Formats: sequence, C-alpha cells, structure tokens
Amino acid sequence: MKEFALIFRMNGDAAGAADITPAQMQERMTYWNNWMGSIAARDRLSSSGHRLGIRESKTVAPGNVVTDGPYTEVKEFINGFIIVKAQSVDEAVEMAKGCPILFGDGKVEVRPLVAPDDNK
Amino acid sequence: MDQEQLIPDLYRKEYGRMVTVLCSRFGIAYMDIAEDIVSDTFLSAAETWGLKGVPSNPVSWLYAVARNNALNSLKHDRVFQRQVKKDLTIEGERSFEMEIDLSPKNITDSQLQMMFAICHPSIPVEAQVSLALRVLCGFSIDEIAQALLTTKSNVNKRLFRAKEKLRLEEVKIAVPDSREIGVRLDTVLVCLYLLFNEGYYSASQDKVLRRDFCLEAMRLTYLLIGNASTSVPRVYALMALMCFQASRFDARVDDNGELVLYEDQDIRRWDEELIQRGNDFFIRAIREGEVSKYHLEAAIAWWHSHPAEEKEKWENILRLYNQRLILEYSPVAALNRAYAFYRVYGKAQAIVEAEALQLSGNLFYHSLLAELYTGVDNEQARRHFMQALELAGSAAERAVLEKKLDGLK
Repeated sequence: MKEFALIFRMNGDAAGAADITPAQMQERMTYWNNWMGSIAARDRLSSSGHRLGIRESKTVAPGNVVTDGPYTEVKEFINGFIIVKAQSVDEAVEMAKGCPILFGDGKVEVRPLVAPDDNK
Repeated sequence: MDQEQLIPDLYRKEYGRMVTVLCSRFGIAYMDIAEDIVSDTFLSAAETWGLKGVPSNPVSWLYAVARNNALNSLKHDRVFQRQVKKDLTIEGERSFEMEIDLSPKNITDSQLQMMFAICHPSIPVEAQVSLALRVLCGFSIDEIAQALLTTKSNVNKRLFRAKEKLRLEEVKIAVPDSREIGVRLDTVLVCLYLLFNEGYYSASQDKVLRRDFCLEAMRLTYLLIGNASTSVPRVYALMALMCFQASRFDARVDDNGELVLYEDQDIRRWDEELIQRGNDFFIRAIREGEVSKYHLEAAIAWWHSHPAEEKEKWENILRLYNQRLILEYSPVAALNRAYAFYRVYGKAQAIVEAEALQLSGNLFYHSLLAELYTGVDNEQARRHFMQALELAGSAAERAVLEKKLDGLK
C-alpha cells in the first residue's frame, strides 16, 4: 500500500464566503465529513492533513521580498490536503473523484509521497 | 446474606482485592504465590465456617487469615523463602509484617497500581483483559472461558504467558509517573473498554455474568476517576459511554435471553438513573475541549439514549461516526457508520458505502448487507443472511437472523 497526498486547489476568483448561505455551508460541511468518513471507514485515511488559511498568509521571494497572500501570479491556491493509502495512483484518483471540492470549480491534485528509499 | 451464595459472593468481591494487595507487596513475579495464598484462605474459610459457623464479620476473618497465611508462607515455605524473602530482607521482615495493609485506601491504591501493571504494552490486549478479569475482578477461569467463548485451557495458557511476560519484563506495580502516564493510560482504557464490551456484546447466555463484566469495567474506570493523576477528560468520556450503554442492558435482552434490536427496545426498560449519571460524567469529559474516540463514542451513545427526532438523530450519529473513523479506524465503527448512512441517505447509497468496506468474513458485515438488500434485492439479502448464519456464534444471534431470513419469503 502506497501513500498519496490529495491536494485541494481552489480558484482565486471563486465565489467568496459572503455569497454562501449558512445552509449551504452546513451542506458543504456534511459533504466533506461524509467524504472523509467514507475513506476512513475503508481504513484508507493515513492523515487527515490540514486546511490552509488565506488570511494572514504571505509569500517570501528571493531577496526577502514579502508579498501578501498565498499567491502572486497564479490564480489557483492550495487550501488543504489529506494523505490516503492506496494500492495505486488510479485507486487514489477514484477516492479523489468523490471530493466535494469538485462540486465547485476546485481541483484535486493526487501526488505520491516519496519514501526515503524511493529512488525512481 | 444468602448463605448458599456466601462464599461465591465473597470470592467474587474479595479475591481480586486480596491478590492485588499481596501481589503489590511481593512484586509482579510472585502473582502465582499471591493467588495460592488467597485460594488457600478461601479453602480454609469453607472448611472452618462449615464446622464452626460463619464469623460475624466474614471479610475481616478472610483478611486476617490471608495476612497470616502470607506471613506463614514467608516463614516456612522453602520455595517462598528462596524466591521472595531474599528480596524482602533488605527491608527486614518486620517492615513486611507491618505492611500487609488491607485498609480500604490501600486496597484502592493497589488495584489502581495493578491495573497499570496488567495493562502493560508488552502483553496483548486479549491477555490483559483475561488477566484483569482474573486478578482485578476475581472471576473464575470457568467464568472467563464461558464469557469469552473459549476453553478453560486457553484461558489458562493465556494467563500463564501473560504472567511470564510481566515477570520477564520486571513490570513495576505502580501508577506511572507524569512523563509516562498519558501513553500508559491509553492502554488501560483500551483494556477497560474491551472488558466492558466483552460483557455487553458477549454471545454468552449467562446474563448475570455478562452484567457483572460490565459493572466491573465500570468499577475499575471509576477507580481512575477517583485518582488525581488519572481523572482526565477521556476517562470521564469512557465512563459516560459505559453508563449510556449499560442503561440499555435490560432492554436489549428479553426474558427468554433473546437479543432485542435497538429499534424494538422498550424505552421504559432503559435505566434513567444511569443515563443521568452518564450525562454528569459527559459534562466533566467535555470541559477541557479534548476530543478522543471515547468522547465521540459517548456522544453517539448519548443520541441512542435520549429521545430525538429521527432525522436529526441519525444525521448527528453519522457525523460522529465519520469523526470517530477519521480519528482512528475501527471495523466496528465502519459498519455502524454504514448503518447510520442508511438511516440518513437510504439503502441504495448505503449499499455502496457498506460494500466498499470489504469486511467479508465478519458476521456483522454480512448481517448489515443482508439488512440493506432486504426489499432491494432479496436474492442478495438471502445470500448475505446465509453467510451471516454460518458465522454466528450463539443461539441468540442465529435466532434473530433466522427470523429475518424467514421474513424474506
């Protein structure tokens, strides 16, 4: 069994929190909870990872140039990740397909974790 | 007190306490000797009381005789001399004599210390449970074998290996210090949780014995609550969980010893007082904001023990099972989550979730799928009922399954 990070990417232009009703937020939370629960129920959740905030984030560039926000040029930003166990990248992709971020215009990036003795 | 039951009752209540106190004094390596001394004490009680009548205070009689037997062993038994005395002479025989302390406080302290010794990470959790049942709770080998649905010789082997391991590891009979206590306490809690479940879910027919297992698990958990260094939020959460579960003990088995499914239980047979105690413990558990698996399971049990609107109830239970699994995988929780999923989203979606668990060979996996397929695809339902029947260990479980299988036709 290998480990894969499922990285959640959001579009910077996506609708802000102000446009979402509390009922929709509740619904989103339920979707996420069920999706993570479904992976965990199969004993395939390796780490529930972290959500990454937008506020109070900075980018440090060469020459110690500090800018606000998680991105400067690209519109997409990463807003969190989890780590799953899967036999293959295809199986990890199947898990990613249920991710609620896809209901909006977010994307899930599936990346293998590199083990210390991996020399591919 | 019922004279017929006098010695069995005393044995159940006092055996563990006496062994524990002696053993904490001698050291873990001499558990067998402590057990022999206490067994001899009960044997002489049976003989003496039979001849001369029961003393006015049987417990203090037993304690006095056990103390004397221990001291006599120390003086006369050659094996005992060789094994124990040399370890004890450093402190001198007099201090030993003064220190077999059977006061209530020392009994409690010794039991707490023994709990940590028995629940040592070096021995498997099944062996910890058997050892706790024997040494801390005073159940006979027969009773343990019966409740765990195994043979006496298996229990004996398990106990022997566990004691051997404790001896080799030179495990101390003590409450671990503050650096270690967190991790060690988790091992103790897993053992107590399992001990409770052995009583609660055991397929054994003996309802009294099963209830005693549950009560003993609760008593030991309560000992942890009574001690400053172990009364942490997750211990309160486990205690709350046990109270909520135990409140339905009478309702879940009918007068013929048959299992009554949750849906069919008579709410009037739920124990209100235990539910209230559970609420109190739960409030203590959530004070510091810690969320352990025991908190989540207690919260699930809370929803099961309090009347609520169906939709709200099952949505909350599903959410809690999701959280429980995200925290730590457990096949039982995964199956219960699939059932909650059915209650919220219906059978078709729940079948997809349940089949993804791939737990074939598990009784509850097949009985859950049988339940979900009933009315959707009766052929599949029948297939799963048959597989569940093959795996069912007890008559009570088979009776429930057969009834449902008949309902399919």
